[in-house]
Amino acid sequence: MTNEEILAGLADIVQEITGVEADRVTMDAAFQADLDIDSLSMVEVVVAAEERFEVRIPDDDASGLVTVSDAVAYVQRSLAVSA
Amino acid sequence: MTAVAVTGIGATTPVGGTAGDSWNAILAGDSGAVLLDGPEWEALPVRIAAPARVDPTTVLERVEARRLDRGQQLALVAGREAWADAGSPDVDPERLAVVVGSGVGGVTTLLDADRTLRERGARRVGPLSVPMLLPNGPAVTVGLEVGAKAGVHTPVSACASGAEAVSYAADLIRLGRADVVVCGGTEAAIHPLPMAGFAAMRALSSRDHDPAGASRPYDKGRDGFVLGEGAGILVLESEEHARARGAHVHALLLGAGIAADAYHVAAPDPTGEGAGRALRLALREADITPADVVHVNAHATSTPLGDVAEMLALRSALGADLDHVAVSATKAATGHLLGAAGAVEAVLTVQALTNRVAPPNRNLEDLDDEIGLDVVGPAARPFGDGAGVCTSFGFGGHDVALVFAAPRQDTGGVA
Repeated sequence: MTNEEILAGLADIVQEITGVEADRVTMDAAFQADLDIDSLSMVEVVVAAEERFEVRIPDDDASGLVTVSDAVAYVQRSLAVSA
Repeated sequence: MTAVAVTGIGATTPVGGTAGDSWNAILAGDSGAVLLDGPEWEALPVRIAAPARVDPTTVLERVEARRLDRGQQLALVAGREAWADAGSPDVDPERLAVVVGSGVGGVTTLLDADRTLRERGARRVGPLSVPMLLPNGPAVTVGLEVGAKAGVHTPVSACASGAEAVSYAADLIRLGRADVVVCGGTEAAIHPLPMAGFAAMRALSSRDHDPAGASRPYDKGRDGFVLGEGAGILVLESEEHARARGAHVHALLLGAGIAADAYHVAAPDPTGEGAGRALRLALREADITPADVVHVNAHATSTPLGDVAEMLALRSALGADLDHVAVSATKAATGHLLGAAGAVEAVLTVQALTNRVAPPNRNLEDLDDEIGLDVVGPAARPFGDGAGVCTSFGFGGHDVALVFAAPRQDTGGVA
């Protein structure tokens, strides 16, 4: 899966859960500071990402995902390990 | 004592998505009761219910709706209507409070989350499950909407919750703790579990062949209530505050009375003692006599025992004056909205005073001899000057009565 595909998937998830327009979900956007995603919604985003990409994102790792690019890179690494 | 004005009303009910639509539908003799269709209802002993006529998810933004329990959604819809109707008062947030009750809280959220836990595991239980199922959720939802900082409260007294909320809201104004209070009740409990539980109490009508005729307060053929859902919200305000900002005053809340039966965990005291006492207390607080009362929106759920006990209570409090009172039973149209019932019926009482007409009981065909009173039947009935009373009672022996009157003219006195 390419980074672009992961980004598009995350953008869908964010729009579904928070209503933030998918085109605002860019690589350098921060979930909390730029997209106003609160901690409870972030939990939903993480769980939805786990289902969509078939990866596991433990809470300790999830708390380190500040920007969208952090999340894309994390999913990419997880997919590489499981491949 | 500080006079309390009603400056805003809102409702979403089984017969309409707004207070105005609900009122017009009830006057037209509409019913919100339907036979529930679908496999989850098939095994139930009773399948009649009265869902909200307008699904709140069609009114709210999608993302807004998905973060709220259905009862919170309904409270938000009715709350926005009431707040706009009041003219979105410009009030110091620290002088603005919310009191919104519920009978059972976020029960559908709880049961759906339980299914998720069992079928998909703990990690799939949503992080908003708790704020969605807490009983204070609807009050918080409305409080966030209007930015209330003087306090957000949630009375829980089964089917009296909505009326009790209105009563406590008036207290906050009279105690000087708030100038404006958004108050009422909400309920969304149409789910197989509550349905099965109420059916086990033999509290629900089993007239499955005739859903629209199932809720028939005071009629000989009544056999239980119809479970409804919806919300009713009022904006209460000190009369002084309302006048100062030039707000339209729908009515005055002259007084409220609260009592408890101390009799049984669910059954009403058959003598109606507590219910009658609540009404006497409300009249005393309103400083009016039974002769001043022209209309009662009665709790009247259509249960065989309850309707009779409540009529005894009305008689004990109003005496011979009850004979000139137009008694309405609007649950014939809406079903029983549990913790929203008293608030929706308070809204309807205000509307009745505004329009000077007592709404009809569409299903009253054969008056029960034990009621022995000229209650309003299938035709609405006009009435003259005077006060309107709303009564609400709940499982556990909760008794609440509210007394409203049309706003006084500038020359003074109750119109």
